[in-house]
Amino acid sequence: MAKELTPQEMMRIDLRPPTRDWMDIPTVIKPGIYCYPAKPEKVEIVGMPNGHVWSPVEEDWGLPEDWKETFLEGMRERLDKHRSFKIFMDICVRCGACADKCHFFLGSGDPKNMPVVRAELIRSVYRGEFTKAGKILGRLAGGRKITEDVLKEIWYYMFQCTECRRCSLFCPYGIDTAEVTIIGRELLNLFGLNINWIQEPVANCYETGNHLGLLPHTFKQNIEFMCMDIEEFVGIKIDPPFNKKGAEILFTTPSGDVFAEPGIFTLAGYLMLFEHIGLDYTWSTYNSEGGNFGFFTSLDMAQRLNAKIYAEAKRLGVKWILGGECGHMWRVVHQYMNTFNGPPDFLEEPVSPITGTKFENAKSAKMVHLTEFTADLIKHNKLKLDPSRNDHLKVTYHDSCNPSRGMGMFEEPRYVIKNVCNNFYDMPENTIREQTFCCGSGAGLNAGEDMELRLRGGLPRANAVKYVHERFGVNMLSCVCAIDRAVLPASMEYWVPGVDVCGVSELVANALIMEGENDRSLNLRGEPIPGRGEVTEDV
Amino acid sequence: MITRIIVAFGAVVGIVIAALIGASVPGLRPLIGVALPYVAFAIFLVGFILKVVNWAKSPVPFRIPTTGGQEFSLPWIKWSKIDNPSTTGGVIMRMFFEVCCFRSLFRNMRTDLRSGWLIHHPTKWLWLLALGFHYSFLIIAIRHLRLFVQPVPGFVETLDAVDGMFQIGIPPIYLTDIFILLCVTGLLIRRLCLPKMRFMSLVADYFPLFLILGIVISGLLMRFVYRVDITAVKALATGIASFHPVMPEGIGAIFFVHIALVSTLLAYFPFSKLMHMGGVFMSPTRNLANTNRMAYHENPWRKPPKFHSYEEYEDMYRDYMKEAGLPLERE
Repeated sequence: MAKELTPQEMMRIDLRPPTRDWMDIPTVIKPGIYCYPAKPEKVEIVGMPNGHVWSPVEEDWGLPEDWKETFLEGMRERLDKHRSFKIFMDICVRCGACADKCHFFLGSGDPKNMPVVRAELIRSVYRGEFTKAGKILGRLAGGRKITEDVLKEIWYYMFQCTECRRCSLFCPYGIDTAEVTIIGRELLNLFGLNINWIQEPVANCYETGNHLGLLPHTFKQNIEFMCMDIEEFVGIKIDPPFNKKGAEILFTTPSGDVFAEPGIFTLAGYLMLFEHIGLDYTWSTYNSEGGNFGFFTSLDMAQRLNAKIYAEAKRLGVKWILGGECGHMWRVVHQYMNTFNGPPDFLEEPVSPITGTKFENAKSAKMVHLTEFTADLIKHNKLKLDPSRNDHLKVTYHDSCNPSRGMGMFEEPRYVIKNVCNNFYDMPENTIREQTFCCGSGAGLNAGEDMELRLRGGLPRANAVKYVHERFGVNMLSCVCAIDRAVLPASMEYWVPGVDVCGVSELVANALIMEGENDRSLNLRGEPIPGRGEVTEDV
Repeated sequence: MITRIIVAFGAVVGIVIAALIGASVPGLRPLIGVALPYVAFAIFLVGFILKVVNWAKSPVPFRIPTTGGQEFSLPWIKWSKIDNPSTTGGVIMRMFFEVCCFRSLFRNMRTDLRSGWLIHHPTKWLWLLALGFHYSFLIIAIRHLRLFVQPVPGFVETLDAVDGMFQIGIPPIYLTDIFILLCVTGLLIRRLCLPKMRFMSLVADYFPLFLILGIVISGLLMRFVYRVDITAVKALATGIASFHPVMPEGIGAIFFVHIALVSTLLAYFPFSKLMHMGGVFMSPTRNLANTNRMAYHENPWRKPPKFHSYEEYEDMYRDYMKEAGLPLERE
């Protein structure tokens, strides 16, 4: 941020747009809003074009000489490849239903962040370059030519959209800004104009198998460190399997869970759950990433990174795949993976080895969401639970955008939470389930340098949390997304101090009665559980 | 932004003036009364079909429904069969509610920032105005069939009777005439007065509103103020419909204004946002079932991915892996 803004200052938002024509409002690229550019070597590793050194705040972006032709050719190609894009360029009536549905607009008041206008940035080029009326009448027909300034404007706003699809829910024609952003970003990537916060994880994931670039031994060590913590806090020893051929299930989760708090406590949750039910599964160091920053780069890149999941499942000879808690990972797994790299005929239709439940909804893609799996376990009384261990928590649940509007997983997490916690409070109905607000940092925008953008985009979510915090004393925001776990703590600290963030599996593991456990006076974070530690000391 | 409004309004006024001039020149009357509707209708029909065919040429590579409710998952979890359909029947229902009831607009909400709180409250105005406008327009269009077809079909007679059931005035005013006037005016006021709407609106947004308002007003004037000879109009319309066009005498100038505006709307339709009429049926976020993990969806332009294979990975990190005790394919 250029200067540190207090929440009160940040809240001074004017949602009334200026009276000038938006095409006449110059785009000023502001620090705190934009992310640093992709490093050339990270572009080259994955064989993408035009990696070069450039800066968004300098005049010359180092575009190749024939960039206009490339841009227009790229646009034409994508119009021919995606009916969605073609129709969405043609049929928007600008009814305004989407305007105040975007978290970035609500948090910033920047009128070009109204989803309709953000899409118009590209739609105007479509009209100006591809339609007769636009070519002849120009601005009168809402058309404009592609120029360097227009390209820069598109860049700035394509990286101010988290592809959360909230606008698409309210659009009478289902126009999905995420489609426009996905394709807009693909076009920018033709010139190496990605942001490094996306490009580097992509390059890392390509080679090391995960976004964070954890080498095989480090990945294994990190998980083993977590096992040592579990041994200390819970008193049980877990020896997780890695790259194990012939395991029944391959488990894949975002590498963020292996790396930093509070994600690692969710990881501990996974480890304990699998130990508790005696699951025959394996981790993979080769496919050590469930998330997919390729999805924020180009669909081609998303397919390439995603390919490792099925490839590894085949190599290891597992029966099916279980996926951990992640948002955009599940959009890719649910809506794209089978088409990208399937159908995986070498796998079997997923059946829970514990309950015998057939996961009908995953019978072709053969990958099951951990929360679906856990909900089924609880329903069949396969978990020994003591929810009172979470009694000091007043929990709410943040529906991540992608499992909400790109899948529809609402009841499973709530069922799980209500069985492992005694105090659960949902946020107001217009801010949850399919109407949920983004954390503000999705789609690869969770960098440090764009903190102002993240806090602004996080406002609508945080505001709803603040409501249940003040009304019911909610002090724990649970979620099933690694990016949420990475970014919501900063948002909470800023907007709603006193609310912590956790994964649903962490809550589950805290309530799990493990065989051979200690007195469980500590939670998975090593903190004494109020009301439990003292009792033990008294004895 | 005012320019956009003036241009759109000016264009409609220009059409009205041109039609009035045309109507006053006897030689031009068949041109406006007969040739123009034929040409406009042909452009509408061909243009509409070509546009839809053009859309259909682009494939739907991925199954990307926007899910608006609980997915089909475990048998004991109640799923949202319409807002998150997993069957063709569910998709048909979802599309029915979308097309016929404007389901998504019905969800609409307004968000305001008031003393530190973002308040989200339902708002039905846009839904109400849009629904009122579209249904009135549809009924009015069907009612007009009585001018083109002889004998008048029963359902048109019935619709006519129901629409005019209140028998207010002579000739009786139709309910849909009142509704469409209110709704189009409401939609126009919304666009003109709300700062967000004015900011995003283009000439292409004001123009159809002024045009339709012009059509409605000229139609009402024809019925209530400058009464035209309805028998002559019917002779013209049936002539057009039966491809034996005649240009009867004695039709007032206002009729030519009406016909010119309607023709403009028809000819403009395929090149404009009005194509949402066809597009809504083809939107991949609405017309696909959420069967993503249940059934394979084929992408016709899929290419096998180039990715870092396990062998390359093991070659790259063999020593580390060996040291960490990870199993290896090759020692």
